[in-house]
Amino acid sequence: MNFSKSLKLAVVAFAASCLSLAASAQDNTLLGAGSTFVYPLFSKMFSQYTASKVNYQSIGSGGGILQLTNKTVDFGDSDAPLNDDQTKKMSAAVLHIPMTSGAVVVTYNIPGVTAALNLSGKIVGDIYLGKITNWNSAEIKATNKGVNLPDLPIAVVHRSDGSGTSFIFTDFLTKVNPEWATKVGKASAVNWPAGLGGKGSEGVAGLVKQTPGAIGYVELAYAFENKMPYANIQNKSGKFIKPTIEATTLASNVTIPADSKVSITNTDNAAGYPIASFTWALIYKEQNYNGRSKARATELVKLLWWNIHQGQAFCAALNYAPLSKSAVKVAESILKSATFDGKSIL
Amino acid sequence: MSIILVLIILGVLTTLIIESMPSIKALGIGYLWGKVWDPVQNIYGAYPFLIGTLLTSFIALIISIPFSYAIAIYLGEYNPKGWLSDLLKNTVELIAAVPSIIYGFWGLFVLVPLVREFEGKIHVLPYGIGIFTASIILAVMIIPYGASLGITLIRMVPSPLKEGAYALGATRFEVIRNVIMPYTRSGLFAGILLSLGRALGETMAVTMLIGNTSAVPTSIFAPGNTMASVIANEFTEADHTEYLSALIELGLVLFLVTVVINLIGRRIITRFTNN
Repeated sequence: MNFSKSLKLAVVAFAASCLSLAASAQDNTLLGAGSTFVYPLFSKMFSQYTASKVNYQSIGSGGGILQLTNKTVDFGDSDAPLNDDQTKKMSAAVLHIPMTSGAVVVTYNIPGVTAALNLSGKIVGDIYLGKITNWNSAEIKATNKGVNLPDLPIAVVHRSDGSGTSFIFTDFLTKVNPEWATKVGKASAVNWPAGLGGKGSEGVAGLVKQTPGAIGYVELAYAFENKMPYANIQNKSGKFIKPTIEATTLASNVTIPADSKVSITNTDNAAGYPIASFTWALIYKEQNYNGRSKARATELVKLLWWNIHQGQAFCAALNYAPLSKSAVKVAESILKSATFDGKSIL
Repeated sequence: MSIILVLIILGVLTTLIIESMPSIKALGIGYLWGKVWDPVQNIYGAYPFLIGTLLTSFIALIISIPFSYAIAIYLGEYNPKGWLSDLLKNTVELIAAVPSIIYGFWGLFVLVPLVREFEGKIHVLPYGIGIFTASIILAVMIIPYGASLGITLIRMVPSPLKEGAYALGATRFEVIRNVIMPYTRSGLFAGILLSLGRALGETMAVTMLIGNTSAVPTSIFAPGNTMASVIANEFTEADHTEYLSALIELGLVLFLVTVVINLIGRRIITRFTNN
């Protein structure tokens, strides 16, 4: 009896503390959830931003979108724009605001080869389709004259978990390799025609490092930090571009549509690195929902405004590519279109 | 209390069924033997993962049984008391307490290169990761479940039985074979069942070592995938209704497989005990 009584008390106390926590969070902390890719940058940005507190949960792009759909967060963040199904589930219009851009690099482990390989999208696609199976094949030799490529079978490694990185990579292959487009397509998880899956960037990196002859793909920042070799990728203009922060920013320096929902893989920019993408913050266009206050809506828009201006200064140090001029301009006008009760917030 | 548990299990089952309705309607029973898993085209077949789950679990069980029986007999009969026995028993039980992600990392960085070398020697494709590697790790993880139940049961065999056998001139091996084993048979089998249940549902370590390809495995050295690891891999980013629902249906299938295997096991136990 006594025990059940204290149990009840404990439950009540726990529930009360949860409620009060939720309530206090409701009061002054902005809530965000989504992409894990952008998380290191966001935590740096939000620790430097003094006007309001932000709590960002890196639960993955899909999770962030779901949280925004359920209106449990103020903003989501996704590495891919909403698809039709996700848009349909949202009860109101959603704005996509580009936050930063990131690149995906093709990494490999070929004993004896130290030079950066030159690879085209066609070659990478054919490797991942299982059509090119040896490092000394004629196609790879053709773009890498002077490199002594060994007779070594290629071990293909891809991400096994659904991820924005895979989305960017398959989006690029879909654009440049017609057979990939018809057989596989683009998504955060696809039916991989060949190879092994590693869980997370660390899983892919681990397999590539251990397996002689392996090829894999990881985010640029991850390859930098772990000193992995990466290939120069041929862009639309036919140039082989070394993946750098500058080349990634240049990839987004193209004409961007007004809603910013654009894939910048295989960019038109002649100096841009072709496997790059924005990550977008997602907010409702009409900010008056669920009884939110106007102050809270203003705080949110101001935060995102700060992110795309002053916040960009933190990008380079963390190996993210700052937004290009054209991207900032589009992001500004999108933020200005956010409303509260139909009236513009900024 | 037990009613709450029953309600929870029923609740889980109902949720799984309701949430997987869209997928069941769209794909029907063919879901179970479909060989293609393609989220882009919305084609889902659970067959490769069903095979992967059963293969890894049963191979792991076969590898683990000699070890867990040997441990149980040694610590239960040959060396039941003293510091060495306590140390060994606690160590075995500690194996069960190690988080599975630790096993995953250990497997990836220590076991995989060894297996790759071995595969190179027997002339199969030296991936290093695959069904075989995942099964070895699973075997290590499930040994304590069989072993520690076995130890307890063997220690509980009444001394008069054993003493009677010794009095008739039986050797120690004969006592183990003719008195202890028959007396503890159903209990030891229950231990196996426990470990099988653990093996079927293990996710993280297997995900890191199995290779995660959705093709039907061609040999035990080939990469594959299990139902639990597909769910863990793809659930967070499942971005359309059919996809999510197909993943939940995978959970339902895993649930049913576990229930069926448990029921079969229970029948076998009753039969053994009755005889």
